[in-house]
Amino acid sequence: MTLRIPRRGLAQAFALIVILMIDRAVSPQFFNLHLQDGRLFGSVIDVLNRGTPVALLSLGMVLVIATGGIDLSVGAVMAIAGATAASLADTHSLPVVIASALGVGLVCGLWNGILVAVLRIQPIVATLILMVAGRGIAQLITEGRIVTFSSPDLVWMGNGAVFGLPMPIVIATGMLLVTAAVVRGTALGLLIEATGGNARASELSGVGTRAMILSVYVWCGLCASLAGVIAAADIMGADANNAGLWLELDAILAVVIGGTSLFGGRFSLVLAVAGALIIQAMNTGILLSGYPPELNLLVKAVVVLAVLLAQSPRLGDLSRFTARWRRTKP
Amino acid sequence: MKASTSIAITAFVLVAGFALCALQFPNIASTRVVANLLTDNAFLGIVAAGMTFVIISGGIDLSVGSVIGFTTVFVALAIERWGIPPLAAFALVLVLCALFGAAMGAVIHVFDLPPFIVTLAGMFLARGVSFLLSTESIPITAPIYSAVSDFAIRLPGGGRLTAIAIAMLVILVLCALLLHLTRFGANVYALGGSRAATALMGIPVGPMTVRIYMLSSVLAGLAGIVFSFYTAAGYSLSAVGVELDTIAAVVIGGTLLTGGQGSVIGTFLGVLIQGMIQTYINFDGTLSSWWTKIATGVLLFVFIALQQGLMALARRSSVKPAGAKPMGART
Repeated sequence: MTLRIPRRGLAQAFALIVILMIDRAVSPQFFNLHLQDGRLFGSVIDVLNRGTPVALLSLGMVLVIATGGIDLSVGAVMAIAGATAASLADTHSLPVVIASALGVGLVCGLWNGILVAVLRIQPIVATLILMVAGRGIAQLITEGRIVTFSSPDLVWMGNGAVFGLPMPIVIATGMLLVTAAVVRGTALGLLIEATGGNARASELSGVGTRAMILSVYVWCGLCASLAGVIAAADIMGADANNAGLWLELDAILAVVIGGTSLFGGRFSLVLAVAGALIIQAMNTGILLSGYPPELNLLVKAVVVLAVLLAQSPRLGDLSRFTARWRRTKP
Repeated sequence: MKASTSIAITAFVLVAGFALCALQFPNIASTRVVANLLTDNAFLGIVAAGMTFVIISGGIDLSVGSVIGFTTVFVALAIERWGIPPLAAFALVLVLCALFGAAMGAVIHVFDLPPFIVTLAGMFLARGVSFLLSTESIPITAPIYSAVSDFAIRLPGGGRLTAIAIAMLVILVLCALLLHLTRFGANVYALGGSRAATALMGIPVGPMTVRIYMLSSVLAGLAGIVFSFYTAAGYSLSAVGVELDTIAAVVIGGTLLTGGQGSVIGTFLGVLIQGMIQTYINFDGTLSSWWTKIATGVLLFVFIALQQGLMALARRSSVKPAGAKPMGART
């Protein structure tokens, strides 16, 4: 199944361990855990907990990128789903709230999927539409206010705990297992990779590429809406302007760190989630170390560049690399 | 012919939209409102001109908003804290922007990476540096700023064509000339049409890529300077999300996001359409500003669907080469 880790995941595992060690160095009590009110507390739990939204987004994003696409709208979908959940929370029961928020995410994903798979619009452009308009729609739902709620059920989604583990971690782990079982337990993952590798060849050999592309965008929308619900439950409110802002970039970054090629054709779910945790461990580390949080963006930029250069097909052979520069390859 | 069709459609949307606005609020049809529209969107027009080059060449530049933010902070700090004369500060910041753009172009070409992700890293980098420079808004009090903001050409009907609006118009004309009348411009179109064919024709793809991203970053720097004149301040959070407005303006202006087709004039019309929507919402007073985003999204969708339809028509009329269907165009 997903356990190809021995060779492929080595770099990511190493990076995560190094970053956790640096975190431990700047904050000696980093690995301390204590139980309070039936919930574990500690910096490590905090990394996992705060990393949940990006981890969920990257679960959807990794499949989209595996087909050679990209979904820029996930942050906006988070805002829409959060706004939906928050405005229904105090008047409806939890299943209704969650079902409608996820339903909204499904519709958003379907919209993106139809644009890409049926109308054959370039993914980056197709999802740009919802990225631009989505926050406006979320504002429409919240009527431009920050909607707060007090429904204990929904708050429990963000702050509750099961067996000492915070709910977001439980949900994200569950989603990872479900996605892995569906995608890697069947031939679906292979078909998705085939679509991303060469859509035309896959189509000719009988893969329903349209259905594949459509379904990954729907799944991405669904994951994004779940992340939106958790983010809203966490702060007990929905802020259409800032919920999920720039998280699409973090999700793409997580997928790239996880070794998935942006050109599609192969992917790893576990490593994408590991990428999300690496990003969060860096964020937490910078906060703990007392450096200004503004440094975060710079560190991220350097990490993106480093990962990209490491992945670049041209770095393998330095001598050919200089020769190619002179020859100016197309 | 197709290019002129899409400009005509954009122009029609602009004129029809303006006529509808004027029907509801007769005051919109005054030189005062139109001149203000130009002033308010001056920085957007300049940065969109640069984005037009990048998108026609088949790339994308997500870093422009951050470069604008960086420029305003840098200019404000240079003038107010470091005591550098304003003109020297402008020159310095433009050189920095040029180096930044050249570096992005070089990384894109040398390492054969998608422009999307490289300029994304650039976006983080430029925003991060401006945060490090200063997180507070720095007012600029240099005399040149008040002199420039006082300068305006009076139009009949009470409108004031401000210095920054004139700057935008001049830059747009220069960019249009550069794109449509020079060898550089022709090469930009060639790159967007097919990189492989361009390289085979003997056009230096690498230096071209570097120059295109350099141009985009320099224009973003100029837009940043104009933005600092507009707000008379430098702030690291200014122009967040402008890259999206810019891309939207370029697409609405009829430039193909897959590259190879587009024009600076169309982009200018696209900027005006966005400005018009904003003006309408200001006039209405009851609509909230988030309608701008929804309206922009709807327009984006309409124009992209239109492009897709036109391309499908063109493809149907031309003979299809067997097995050479362009699939999975890279982002």
